[in-house]
Amino acid sequence: MSAEIEIQIIAVLTAASCAIPGVFLVLRKMSMVSDSITHTILLGIVLAFFIVNDLSSPFLLIGAAVMGPVTVWLTETLTKTRLLSEDSATGMVFPLLFSIAVILITKYAGTAHLDTDSVLLGELAFAPFDRLMINGADMGAKGIYVSGVLLLINIVFTAVFYKELLIVSFDPVLAAVMGFSPAILHYSLMTTASLTAVGAFEAVGSVLVTAFMIAPAAAAYLLTDNLKKMLVIAVGIGGISGILGYRTAVFFQVSIAGSMACWCGIFFLGAFMYSCGVRKINKFRLKTKMQP
Amino acid sequence: MNILYDHTFLTVAAGSAALGMISGVIGSFAVLRKQSLLGDGVSHAALPGVAAAFLITGVKSSGILLVGALISGLLAALLISVIVKYSKVKFDAALAAVMSGFFGLGTVLLTCAQKLPNAAQSGLSTFIYGQASAMLTSDIVLISVLSAVLLTLTLLFWKEFKLFCFDRDFSVQSGFSEKKLSLLLSFMTVITVILGIQTVGVVLMSAMLIIPAAAARQWSDRLYSNIILAAFFGGFSGVFGALTSGLGDGVPTGPAIVITASAIALLSLLFAPKRGIVNRILQRKISRLRLTVTFKGGNEKQ
Repeated sequence: MSAEIEIQIIAVLTAASCAIPGVFLVLRKMSMVSDSITHTILLGIVLAFFIVNDLSSPFLLIGAAVMGPVTVWLTETLTKTRLLSEDSATGMVFPLLFSIAVILITKYAGTAHLDTDSVLLGELAFAPFDRLMINGADMGAKGIYVSGVLLLINIVFTAVFYKELLIVSFDPVLAAVMGFSPAILHYSLMTTASLTAVGAFEAVGSVLVTAFMIAPAAAAYLLTDNLKKMLVIAVGIGGISGILGYRTAVFFQVSIAGSMACWCGIFFLGAFMYSCGVRKINKFRLKTKMQP
Repeated sequence: MNILYDHTFLTVAAGSAALGMISGVIGSFAVLRKQSLLGDGVSHAALPGVAAAFLITGVKSSGILLVGALISGLLAALLISVIVKYSKVKFDAALAAVMSGFFGLGTVLLTCAQKLPNAAQSGLSTFIYGQASAMLTSDIVLISVLSAVLLTLTLLFWKEFKLFCFDRDFSVQSGFSEKKLSLLLSFMTVITVILGIQTVGVVLMSAMLIIPAAAARQWSDRLYSNIILAAFFGGFSGVFGALTSGLGDGVPTGPAIVITASAIALLSLLFAPKRGIVNRILQRKISRLRLTVTFKGGNEKQ
């Protein structure tokens, strides 16, 4: 397989798997959680690095994935004191954890190859160089497997808990009355979101994970009122942005992840304009109906 | 204490203090309006402006980059408010989508900028991640002048802002334009954020807006004392953060400021006289005790 095709496969898989948890974040009005998780991942990686002292260890990813739910829990604990509104609590927790991570890195991990830039801004162009070798045989780029597994986890999670997620997202009280624990579902959703962010940030960098999570989901939110359709549209927009982003990036020789995020944003803006147009037409129709 | 006479340290401390104070003041309004994450969005959205300004002019002076940052930050803030107003997308989703889209555009433009012959991209990246030690006397002048302008605006529109933050419907009823006030407040937030990006960096500037204001909110229910306290907390964190980063070698200033501010906020949450958690627990214990005493007393009388 050529490097070009491999990059595109990784791009599409990553964008698609980000879009799935994004749909639920948008529906639950928790979009900024994705931003906060993608920042605190850094602390998880740093802390795990201090324990195992090995940059290629899978424990780093586990540490990062654990940090997501921890961030959400801390934010919610602060909100529950009712001394702060939810947005202030979010804005307090993640900069603090991020600052701790930055200080730890500059102070103690200076010699190790662990810097903030590589976490915040990943580079998809290098993904094909990281090969998965089994018994000396080249099995393809590692990124393909990572993003494929992530997409699989997200699809299975959503398919298995579809009805629970549906009720909890739209009517948490009803869900609680019916015996589903909104808290358990909530934290499993946060864990999958965190896992997805961890898997994706190596390829696209942590800030742009937010773009892949929220922009396609918000666009889909504007285009439909049906959760199933919303999921499909969001994944579709994510996948198309992956391919278009790669093509534009190659054409202009710019950052691949950046141009993918741009396409996500363009699709969101397009959906916004479309929904504005539909609303105007509906208003106009109503007016012409009312007149006679 | 040699450090107190060090010119670089004094510059950084003065700049961080001024920055902390003004972001405390402006942040108070953002926190009260429950839009505190707007600062986070704007600071990310400033990136394409910085890169575009560099691409167009080819000059890496902070003035031009600031103007670029200001324009793209304002555009993002405007776009967010338009999206929230004219569609069913909520504020959080609009903010996250616009901010990350802008940031994506920014990384694209940055990679373009890297290809220019006179790029020396390091200058741009410090602009984004913040480097307080690079602060110059001219930066302090800029920060102080703009802070004075922002403070004057705050004083001029004091009653309008107050009304708008606490009772939006009433302020609209009284004839103040919701659109204009909200735009003015967003505009002031954007200017503050842009001022701070260079010092504490994109990621941590939002914290400077939120944390001192949230800490001050615990101590008083009056807007006036809230804002003064927030300015004090912000200024103190600025100086203290600069001091720790000056004394402890290798500690970056931005994160040190944020950690100081967070410590103040945690102490405020715990020990603030009325709203504080410790006080709340104490009050609960006392009232429980009183209740049992009254019940027992009542039994004895019978």
